[in-house]
Amino acid sequence: MTGTVAAGSWVEIGAVVLAPGERAPQVPEDTRAVPLELRAKGVLAAPARIGERAEIRTAAGRRLAGTLVAVNPAYGHGFGAPVPALADVGREARALLKRAADAGGREDDP
Amino acid sequence: MSGATGYAAVMARRAAIMRASVGIDYDRYRTGALAFDYERLLADTGYGIESARAVQAATGVGATPLLELHHLTALVRAVAAPGKGARLFLKDEARNPSGSFKDRRASLSVHEAKRRGYPGVAAATSGNYGAAVASQAAKLGLPCIVVQEAFDSRGIAQPEIAEKTRACEAYGAEVIRLSVGPELFYVFLRVLEETGFFNASLYTPYSIVGIETLGYELALQALDACGRFPDVVIATHAGGGNVTGTARGLRGAGATETEIVAASVDLAGLHMASDRDFNRKSFTTGHTGFSMPFTTWPDRADVPRNAARPLRYLDRFVTVTQGEVFYATELLAQLEGLERGPAGNTSLAAALAIARELDRDRVVVVQETEYTGAGKHPIAQLNLAQSLGIEVRRGDPRENRPGERIVIPERPGQIAARAVDLDRVRRSYLRHALESLPEGAVLEAADYAFLVEETRSSRAYVEEIVHGLQGTRG
Ligand SMILES: Cc1ncc(COP(=O)(O)O)c(C=O)c1O
Repeated sequence: MTGTVAAGSWVEIGAVVLAPGERAPQVPEDTRAVPLELRAKGVLAAPARIGERAEIRTAAGRRLAGTLVAVNPAYGHGFGAPVPALADVGREARALLKRAADAGGREDDP
Repeated sequence: MSGATGYAAVMARRAAIMRASVGIDYDRYRTGALAFDYERLLADTGYGIESARAVQAATGVGATPLLELHHLTALVRAVAAPGKGARLFLKDEARNPSGSFKDRRASLSVHEAKRRGYPGVAAATSGNYGAAVASQAAKLGLPCIVVQEAFDSRGIAQPEIAEKTRACEAYGAEVIRLSVGPELFYVFLRVLEETGFFNASLYTPYSIVGIETLGYELALQALDACGRFPDVVIATHAGGGNVTGTARGLRGAGATETEIVAASVDLAGLHMASDRDFNRKSFTTGHTGFSMPFTTWPDRADVPRNAARPLRYLDRFVTVTQGEVFYATELLAQLEGLERGPAGNTSLAAALAIARELDRDRVVVVQETEYTGAGKHPIAQLNLAQSLGIEVRRGDPRENRPGERIVIPERPGQIAARAVDLDRVRRSYLRHALESLPEGAVLEAADYAFLVEETRSSRAYVEEIVHGLQGTRG
């Protein structure tokens, strides 16, 4: 698929910390059915391919090993589309304030 | 120093790892079978409110403004009975360096880590606290590791936590992201053991003393603005540090009559350690999934004795719905021009209901805000909820069902602060306390006195409940 990732690249590695059978006794069933997984980012220590074992040096200076999962991983979080259920809240509240002001401060909230 | 790295082996070493990483010998404070000297534990930090303020001022933490919410006050009065509708104020903690009151909490810990020569700091947190520790560590030139519960087994990240990952990395921290589960604590112990870093736990005495400055400041700011201490202070409540530190700071300023209200988002029915429920909460803090277990048993924390002990300070404990908090967040932006993060607005939602019942000359303070932005926003949370099949609509907030349906109120008068029965919470606390009693140990006089303080009750109350519980135990 992809070629070799150069040493010194900013990458993300993944590892399984606990397999399903090793999970803590108090964990609910749905969680116990899946492994405890870890992801960490750092600078790739030696050339490696995605899906292969790789070692990184983290921002705190630690060496961590795992499977190479991404190169220069993106921050994918955002907002998404405006949510219709919130769209009218501000307009309604301003209208309510105006009606209340016109009526001398109070409006009957049914 | 270390040994086997398997789950059981590491957990068996937890006490020693903790002692080395927080530098506190908690055994020194023991005064009975259960009891310990809480005030001495806090006093031994060596910090009081003034010295904490000085440390915080050096990194630009604290001294946030107390803002009067004129339009929200008018909105509450518009739907209140004649003569009702207290003055609403809000302490804009989002203006701290990393965007929340958690900077106060992190400041003394990181300062201590540096002073005592630890090679770095580490914290187990998926929230604002990670960014706060990372920011303080950056300022003091210490390496920092933050361990987060961040994504579910499908690899879907909770958007608010994704934003915290980014913020921690922006401050130069290493972030260990984990899938769902309480074994995060095991990973954290391994990090502490391997690095010898200071454990900037949310629950050390440094953390709580750091929050006292918040309550202290707001008491004096209200006095200045209104000529009186606040009648009511409402705190968004999760692990309990926020309300504990704030209440102590209010007392320190002399505001002994102020009513302390804790407010949490009601997440009843969702399991905190469930992989499936993880992304169905729509909130990452300020919710009952933390506040119920931590209020009824604070010592479940990552340190042997939690310095956050909310039951000692609560006058009232209320819940609000997810939809009510998103609605309040929208109102704050649209009527007051303050776009602030959703979880921190939990206490604002409660305030809109509580102020409605109070006379107009009363002063209600919402004691914090948090920053907002990508991921950490009602729109991000509601889009994730809808993508998981959760219904989002306008309606009566009583129809809100965590994990199934988020109902945005239709009118401000629908917002309610639903009372949590503190008597039940106290009984639950006492049950947990008895369960923690070592086999064969009996309660001594010091323990009874301690339990009275812990529950803000009386000897007769504690004895009656303890005897009832002991009767049913055998
Ligand atoms: C913005 C904000 N408000 C309130 C809280 C609740 O604080 P505590 O966990 O100390 O109760 C948190 C922390 O989780 C927070 O980040």
